[in-house]
Amino acid sequence: MSQEPSTALKTTPLFETHKKLGAKLAPFAGWHMPIQYAGVIQEHLCVRNGVGIFDVSHMGEIDIRGKESKKLLQKLITNDIEKMSDHSILYTVMCYENGGIVDDLLVHRYSEDHYFLCVNAGNSEKDFQWVQKIAAPYNVEVRDISSEIAQLAIQGKDAEPLLQKLCDAPLSDVEYYHFKKVKIHHNDCLISRTGYTGEDGFEIYLSFNQAESLFQMILDAGKSFDIQPIGLAARDTLRLEMGYALYGNDITSDTSPLEAGLGWVVKLDKEDFVGRERLKNQKETGLTRKLAGIKLLDRGVPRPHYPVYSEDEVVGELTSGTFSPSLNVGIGLCYLSTERATVGSRVSVGIRNQKVPAEIVKPPFVPTGVKK
Amino acid sequence: MEVPKDLRYTIEHEWIRINGNKGVIGITQFAQDQLGDVVFVELPKPDSQVSKESTFGVVESVKTVSDLYAPVSGKVTAANPDLESQPELVNSDSYGKGWMIEIELSDPKEIDSLLSPEQYIEQCEKEQ
Repeated sequence: MSQEPSTALKTTPLFETHKKLGAKLAPFAGWHMPIQYAGVIQEHLCVRNGVGIFDVSHMGEIDIRGKESKKLLQKLITNDIEKMSDHSILYTVMCYENGGIVDDLLVHRYSEDHYFLCVNAGNSEKDFQWVQKIAAPYNVEVRDISSEIAQLAIQGKDAEPLLQKLCDAPLSDVEYYHFKKVKIHHNDCLISRTGYTGEDGFEIYLSFNQAESLFQMILDAGKSFDIQPIGLAARDTLRLEMGYALYGNDITSDTSPLEAGLGWVVKLDKEDFVGRERLKNQKETGLTRKLAGIKLLDRGVPRPHYPVYSEDEVVGELTSGTFSPSLNVGIGLCYLSTERATVGSRVSVGIRNQKVPAEIVKPPFVPTGVKK
Repeated sequence: MEVPKDLRYTIEHEWIRINGNKGVIGITQFAQDQLGDVVFVELPKPDSQVSKESTFGVVESVKTVSDLYAPVSGKVTAANPDLESQPELVNSDSYGKGWMIEIELSDPKEIDSLLSPEQYIEQCEKEQ
């Protein structure tokens, strides 16, 4: 496998650093990204038990400013922006008119007329165009700032004591889903108490040209906490243990947030938003399918697109699936009819020529360590 | 990268250690490194037949699933029982405790078509 970047692939400011650290790099969502360093299981457990650092500079960022920013966002997203205070963060999705999902994202509120969105890497161009389209009638300025912004995620129970060593401002008062503008060793950063792993931790947004030195600084300061760099493969096993949906797999333009178990970010009682009619209708008529958690009861590794059986009938296919390093069993997500998606019911997963018995469980698959 | 001199190799990254009319088969250090953490190995039952270049089992890592190809034809005389509870032996000792099956060769001449250590190193360099 080549470790040289293809000309078509974007590289983060840490590309050379990743190579020096022995990362296996591979194309991901148009970027040349570190998939693993020491090994997926070791990296996964490092985050669950201590602290790890991720380069997630591939994520997209969209800046929205102007008097009608709030009005635009209320139209754009399914969650209710009205409840946000300054420096708070909201998880939400934005939908098409038919209720299918454009993307899931984080909305950061600086003030009523200034927000920034963090969106999935593979969707960032599509999202920017979509936001621009919806924004056309509003008095706002929408900018794609993805190429200016790098992002590091520091995740695990030791994330706060570690970062506090480098940061003058207290971090203990940054609540879950809130952010703060701070200087970390003279670098201007936005630090938010969010993540994608189910552990306590922070995501740091900063300018592209400062990311390499800050990454190195955090690695050095984290030696006493046995920090390790963590690749995207472990990021995926960590997120799946939490049952967090992944765009392109578990949520797509063909799935609605209600079916995906994201009904909690759909506020049908707020003012009109794109997709509201369809979602309201879906809620009123009742869902026909929903995303269920599946845990294998025997050995095997479930993977996306493997068939799910009820006795001999194929009743769905996995949208995500992996070996869970915390549980030592296979876990996955699958859309099933609402009757079949009952917790405790038995199905089986087709792995090659075998049907491996499995049970429907309610995600998360392991307890979360986030600070709520 | 370790490529023992006393083994023969396939382009799919299996090795075979010949001892008389028997051969022990596993995957190479290069292969286990590419796969990452091995979490499951599916092997054939003793007495089953394997034929050269056909799949005889599957190795699953966290990241991916990969078929195992027989370097030569023969009858399976043993499958490594330790891999059921300790599949990680494939990562930690790919040429030793991480062996997969032992076979009784049905056509020892097939060995001549396998890669020498030098040829295998060349093959890995191409893939790197």
